[in-house]
Amino acid sequence: MSLDVNKNYDMQPVLEFKSSTFFVLVLIIYSNDLMMIEQKLREKISQAQDFFRNSPIILDVRELNLQEHEIDIIKLINLIRGVGLFPVGVRGGDDQQNLHAASLFIPVDMSQSTTSAQAEIQKAAYSSRPSAPHEVIKEIVVSTATTLISQPVRSGQRIYAPGDLIILTQVSAGAEIMAEGNIHVYNTLRGRALAGVQGNRDARIFCSDLQAELISIAGDYKTSEDLKDITPKKPVQIYLQDQALIIKELI
Amino acid sequence: MARIIVVTSGKGGVGKTTTSAAIAMGLAKRGHKTAVIDFDVGLRNLDLIMGCERRVVYDFINVINGEANLNQALIRDKNCNLLYILPASQTRDKDALSIEGVGRVLEELAKDFKYIVCDSPAGIEKGAYLAMYYADDAFVVTNPEVSSVRDSDRMLGILASKSRRAELGMEPIKEFLLLTRYDPNRVESGEMLSLEDVQEILSLHLLGIIPESKSVLTASNAGIPVILDEKSDAGMAYADVVARYLGEKRPHRFIESKKGFLRKLFGGK
Repeated sequence: MSLDVNKNYDMQPVLEFKSSTFFVLVLIIYSNDLMMIEQKLREKISQAQDFFRNSPIILDVRELNLQEHEIDIIKLINLIRGVGLFPVGVRGGDDQQNLHAASLFIPVDMSQSTTSAQAEIQKAAYSSRPSAPHEVIKEIVVSTATTLISQPVRSGQRIYAPGDLIILTQVSAGAEIMAEGNIHVYNTLRGRALAGVQGNRDARIFCSDLQAELISIAGDYKTSEDLKDITPKKPVQIYLQDQALIIKELI
Repeated sequence: MARIIVVTSGKGGVGKTTTSAAIAMGLAKRGHKTAVIDFDVGLRNLDLIMGCERRVVYDFINVINGEANLNQALIRDKNCNLLYILPASQTRDKDALSIEGVGRVLEELAKDFKYIVCDSPAGIEKGAYLAMYYADDAFVVTNPEVSSVRDSDRMLGILASKSRRAELGMEPIKEFLLLTRYDPNRVESGEMLSLEDVQEILSLHLLGIIPESKSVLTASNAGIPVILDEKSDAGMAYADVVARYLGEKRPHRFIESKKGFLRKLFGGK
């Protein structure tokens, strides 16, 4: 009887290994001040909660080690978990940090670990560079891949793109689209569009029919009240020039 | 395989229950075994529109809680023996609904029925969420006025992102537009949004236009789905809707005002 059962299992595949590539955010730490790290992280996350919610993170402590700032990796990982991110890996750690990470079942990327010899060599190069103590997290390195949306963006929906955002469909009133880079809407834009949300003042918005509730580039904005004179159904681009938001017809 | 249809809108008072009753009756009349479920727990209405309020013993919540089985709670319609009604509970609230419970009831119904029509409550909270969660098709009921269109748009966003089909990455819910309480005369005089205005915002597949009609109120008060009033314009419009849903091609009616003919004759537009 039991033999028969085994036979059945042999017929059907139970599991399979496949190799696959994923985009993951890398969080580079420049300071060992845990309080400041937590504060800055929470600030960043509050700007795009949907984007960061349960987001997997690879922790990069290489810079920190190069500057010989000591950090308790266990406390740091717990802090990152505490703000709602999922650390899935550590890179650039020294032997002890790697050991600590492993004790929390966090995989370690050995290819970029800071062995002491490597650190010695690179330290010289870094020591001449002025350190910026206030800037805790200088940047969050993300894939700048373009996000493409081909389903209508309905009222109440929010879309956040870490790079450029291209939308082929209409964006309804009451919807919100945000990108760290440029925004292209090849249809009617009735909702809110915010480009360069992390402060990129060179970001632009392009759309083929501007009827937006609000447009913003790097925090400078115009509401539909200011857009009354725009002819609808004309393709336009919006960019920043000397602190002013310029709306220009494309054709 | 049963097809689960949700009749939804976001906004209240646009004609969801009237539509649910009419299309459920229409599908059953055309020979498909159909169940219609009232998801408006606490504000039970469907039983009135269907004229079966005197025969309610057990309800949807009783079935979810295992206090009654499905056959005890289903009420067979008096006009059509292929149509069954599962009424909502009037004494409870939406919190009595659970995602697992609703799933179980729908699964059991799916064994026996061809179409399951879910009459969604207004709003986007738990009742409306659970009514659409398991749906295969959505009838979005919209009135030709701005707030109704905006709410429908919001509901379409929820259908596209929070349904079971969306969560499992399956083929998305098929969305259809039903424009109800349409009055071509008022559209012409600019008091009401036109079909084009609505479609510019929603761009959906139009299943039908239901004209504003006295027969709807009369039918509701009598407890007879308006589709059975075959002489009324609303009844005919709902019959068209059911036929189109089942794949028939029928031209859209009730878009033009009746006076339009004379005006055309005298060259006005």
